[in-house]
Amino acid sequence: MNLNGKKVTLHDMSLRDGMHAKRHQISLEQMVDIATGLDEAGMPLIEVTHGDGLGGSSVNYGFPAHSDEAYLNAVIPKLKNAKVSALLLPGIGTVEHLKMARDCGVNTIRVATHCTEADVSEQHIGLAAKMEMDTVGFLMMAHMVSAEKVLEQAKLMVEYGANCVYCTDSAGYMLPDEVSTKIGLLRQELPTNVEIGFHGHHNLGMGIANSLAAIEAGAARVDGSVAGLGAGAGNTPLEVFCAVLDRMGVETGIDLYKIMDVAEDRVVPMMDQPIRVDRDALTLGYAGVYSSFLLFAQRAEKKYGVQARDILVELGRRGTVGGQEDMIEDLALTLAKDRGLI
Amino acid sequence: MSKKLKAAIIGPGNIGTDLLMKMQRSEWIEPVWMVGIDPESEGLKRAREMDIKTTADGVDGLLPHVLEDDIRVAFDATSAYVHAENSRKLNELGVIMVDLTPAAIGPFCVPPVNLSAHAKNLEMNVNMVTCGGQATIPMVAAVSQVQPVEYGEIIATVSSRSVGPGTRKNIDEFTRTTAGAVENVGGAQKGKAIIIINPAEPPVMMRDTVHCLTVSEPDQQAITTSVHAMVKEVQKYVPGYRLVNGPIFDGNRVSMFMEVEGLGDFLPKYAGNLDIMTAAGLRTAEMFAEEAASGSIQLPARG
Repeated sequence: MNLNGKKVTLHDMSLRDGMHAKRHQISLEQMVDIATGLDEAGMPLIEVTHGDGLGGSSVNYGFPAHSDEAYLNAVIPKLKNAKVSALLLPGIGTVEHLKMARDCGVNTIRVATHCTEADVSEQHIGLAAKMEMDTVGFLMMAHMVSAEKVLEQAKLMVEYGANCVYCTDSAGYMLPDEVSTKIGLLRQELPTNVEIGFHGHHNLGMGIANSLAAIEAGAARVDGSVAGLGAGAGNTPLEVFCAVLDRMGVETGIDLYKIMDVAEDRVVPMMDQPIRVDRDALTLGYAGVYSSFLLFAQRAEKKYGVQARDILVELGRRGTVGGQEDMIEDLALTLAKDRGLI
Repeated sequence: MSKKLKAAIIGPGNIGTDLLMKMQRSEWIEPVWMVGIDPESEGLKRAREMDIKTTADGVDGLLPHVLEDDIRVAFDATSAYVHAENSRKLNELGVIMVDLTPAAIGPFCVPPVNLSAHAKNLEMNVNMVTCGGQATIPMVAAVSQVQPVEYGEIIATVSSRSVGPGTRKNIDEFTRTTAGAVENVGGAQKGKAIIIINPAEPPVMMRDTVHCLTVSEPDQQAITTSVHAMVKEVQKYVPGYRLVNGPIFDGNRVSMFMEVEGLGDFLPKYAGNLDIMTAAGLRTAEMFAEEAASGSIQLPARG
């Protein structure tokens, strides 16, 4: 693979996707500490929100230590060069949240829908574009449909006003060939002024390989997370990815030693559990299940005595999509009843 | 004189047609008119085949017939944008409006919780909230009738096929309206609503999760009794309304996991979300008819 001379914009997820792994309990001090470290290392874009995006604060997904507004207001004024993005899932967050984020100084809004439901994003993408924000459409669980379907949905988001569209491997299920095909088709068919992005999870250990495939196929933005802090087995670990890109001659503008230090000195010490491909995270990738289900399934296992792996496999079989965290306790109860455990 | 109230349905789409089929079985409501805007539309054609009078001139096409056909109740299954005008024109002629759009000009109506109060007050416009609201607010109310609920949260999961373009264009309206009614009708001090659209094939049945955080320690026995009683109330008009799991208690959290199967009239059985709207709308009109027949309310006078 020859990527020599290519440029890519890296986008850090540790303070948004990483919120899943921290049960949304990252403190304001930790947020600022990591964000300023990333800023100094040259990270151009950092996502800051509840793990489930703006308005994600709930019984269903978990109440965060602080509101989105508090996190954004703490982090944004401290950054010298890096810009901040916020995630928004229509059906969870609303245009009011979007306006709040913009008022806090958020530069990039990423409107996320399931990969077949892009038409629920019209009002949010439309408003963000109208407010001249960097507006990104984010098609989740993109492994569940064909490349043609992803393209069809991406075109809708572009039509609503998105200047960048992501193919998102929320389950960490994709292998490099699939990434190449999907990103390649998007790059080939969408207007050249629309950027293509890739967001991966490391559940099958493919974070780096998939991200490289994405760049080769034409992705201009790639998500990852410093120290991999993210849902499931985490996102593509950015310090590792930076080292690989450096060796391959891809320009990122990031200082490798500085991002290594942020990972080791600031992120790893605050992890509640090692972010690794454990049995349940591997199940997510293998069964194609939304990565943030991991800790919920493990909690249900403790409470109802049904193995997390069994719960996750059944969720995959039922075609659950992002956001259906409420299915986990419901299903665990049903399985526990069937097995005479309760 | 028949005890049945004569009705018009505005909007011959999926909802309007399903409503018409349910109405044909009603002992209290007689469907007379179907109102559309496109003479060639499938919905108007279907209505004509069912011996219903039709107009393709919108509500204005219905107005001249309201008095001669003694139309007493109208169901609006169009959109929030046109509802206000439809309602004003028909209210002026003494027609009670059951609003199935998200317009919410009139008070929210969730039949087992507050319908009888609306009927006794002869509210001329009642709004049926949202599908997620109809499926979950009875559960919030079942808990808040036992003890104060600080926070009520509902998560509605619906099949992709059952979500129309109107809802998709303005999905914020769903979350906003439903959250408002969780407070206003459900009795939670603060409400939150989440909607998830699932594209799985075969389509998933509507399911709903309801979480209530009570102010003080939940009275498990009283809440369980109240929840089961409320499920029975909803089952009177939506037989496929089921409590799959719960109520379960975890500290001050009370959670119920529901499933809503439709009757499969015009809409498929998985579309319990649409079915519960049409069933609740019809149940609402029936209650007005029952109250009028018993003489406890007086419908607007007509010459």
